[in-house]
Amino acid sequence: MDNIIDISGLSKEYSGKKVVDGLNLSVEQGELFGFLGPNGAGKTTTIRILTTLTKPTSGTVLINGIDAAKDPGKVKEVFGVVQQHLSLNRDLTIGENLELHARLHHIEAAERKKRIADLLDYVELSDHRDYLIDDVSGGMKRRAMIARALLHRPKLLFLDEPTVGLDAQTRRRVWDLIRRMNREGATVFLTTHYIEEAEALCQRVGVLHHGKLIAIGSPLELRQTLGLVAVELQGDGNGTTYRYFPDRAQASKFIQDLPSSERVIMRASNLEDVFIELTGQKVTGD
Amino acid sequence: MIDAYSILWSDLAALKRRWPRYLLTTLMSPVLYLVAFGWGLGRGINMNGTSYLEFVIPGIIALTSMTTSFNGAGTRLNVDRLYFKSFDECLMAPVGLPSLLLGKALIGVVRGVLSSVAFLLVAMLIAPHIHISLPFVIGLLLSCLTFAFLGVLAALLARSHEDMATFGSLILMPMTFLGGTFFSLSQVPFGLKMALYALPLTHASLFLRAAALDQPLPWTSFLVLMGFFFAFLGGGMMALKRMSV
Repeated sequence: MDNIIDISGLSKEYSGKKVVDGLNLSVEQGELFGFLGPNGAGKTTTIRILTTLTKPTSGTVLINGIDAAKDPGKVKEVFGVVQQHLSLNRDLTIGENLELHARLHHIEAAERKKRIADLLDYVELSDHRDYLIDDVSGGMKRRAMIARALLHRPKLLFLDEPTVGLDAQTRRRVWDLIRRMNREGATVFLTTHYIEEAEALCQRVGVLHHGKLIAIGSPLELRQTLGLVAVELQGDGNGTTYRYFPDRAQASKFIQDLPSSERVIMRASNLEDVFIELTGQKVTGD
Repeated sequence: MIDAYSILWSDLAALKRRWPRYLLTTLMSPVLYLVAFGWGLGRGINMNGTSYLEFVIPGIIALTSMTTSFNGAGTRLNVDRLYFKSFDECLMAPVGLPSLLLGKALIGVVRGVLSSVAFLLVAMLIAPHIHISLPFVIGLLLSCLTFAFLGVLAALLARSHEDMATFGSLILMPMTFLGGTFFSLSQVPFGLKMALYALPLTHASLFLRAAALDQPLPWTSFLVLMGFFFAFLGGGMMALKRMSV
């Protein structure tokens, strides 16, 4: 399958400090790819470079085979973005925000009217079309941003922390939307610091640490590198230590050999375990 | 050009929602200047055969075009860029940089013209001899364009809201009082006069005053103002190029 994103040797420096350091990464068309990293790992800087908002210090980015530095105009037609922060114009209604986006993407009047109505229906905001942005909830704002990003029917969607600050119920609705968009053909490039989000949604995950890609693979592959079964040892005053095993049999044998005073929990390993082992850090917002 | 209109369309949609409040607030300063300087301080002063009231009104129109165009384009863009973060959406859209720059400046021009015309209507109630001619309209439009692009340039260079306030205090405020709005430049010492000629508002005031009082037009001032317009346009373009890929 063709790659929709091809990044090679990408670096970005701010005041001599490398925020993105020699990143090489490819994402296939139709993939739902997760980009994980602790605070300051360089996730948002990478997305800003991929979406033509920031110039890289070195390296190349091809989006749908087009060099983003040489032909940013064409690249901009390929992707849609839901940024981490609220980027709707708060002086406008939800409908007007979508209308502006459609106009800037040169969608004809009749067509944009239809697409706006369809997408508002898609994200269940038809009744809130004429509401000013400040008059709707955080979840509605996020869904409006998703509708806006889909308006010009992009092949590639960048979702930068799309569920940050949302309650559990709304987050699940956004997850359903993301799955649906991917099913309908859009490649999704998702950054998140909700580890269960990456696990639930992504077919492949890349882990960024200090600007470098330190691991890449499906959530299962990444867990296999560590061990599919985790054992938590809750020692007295020494904090919790973790051991990982390929299967339950080996984990059980390990537990049987422990002193009886040890408090032990056996469970399936998860992406967070992988992440902490790889980076030594919890995942937090970038 | 269509893209520039699209950007203007969104700003007009926002303005349409609160135009009565906008007109009321935008008229406050010029009307106060008119009352304080025109009726108050200047009553009885004669400026080479012209009443001070008639002398000061075109200056206040130039001043209004400056402040409302600058703020209409600059403050708006500054908020879009640093607070709403919605300017990123424009940068990520397949829109040429000249269209983007023009689109962001046009709302300043619209607001500048609206405010200036509203003040002019109020002023004509008390000074009906103001002469509205084609050169006056062209001068007003050029003034609005110049200061709208200055606003866009300032907003693109600003790293915070405080930077915009600092720009206002250090550049706009001195121009407000020294840019030939309230007094004739012939009354100031030569050195200061030369410094004041370096201000775009001085030339806007001189041109609009001559046009409004049906005097010989100072085309040099018109050309200098046009020079400022192109300088701010070029500066804005460079700033925009620097921030986009």
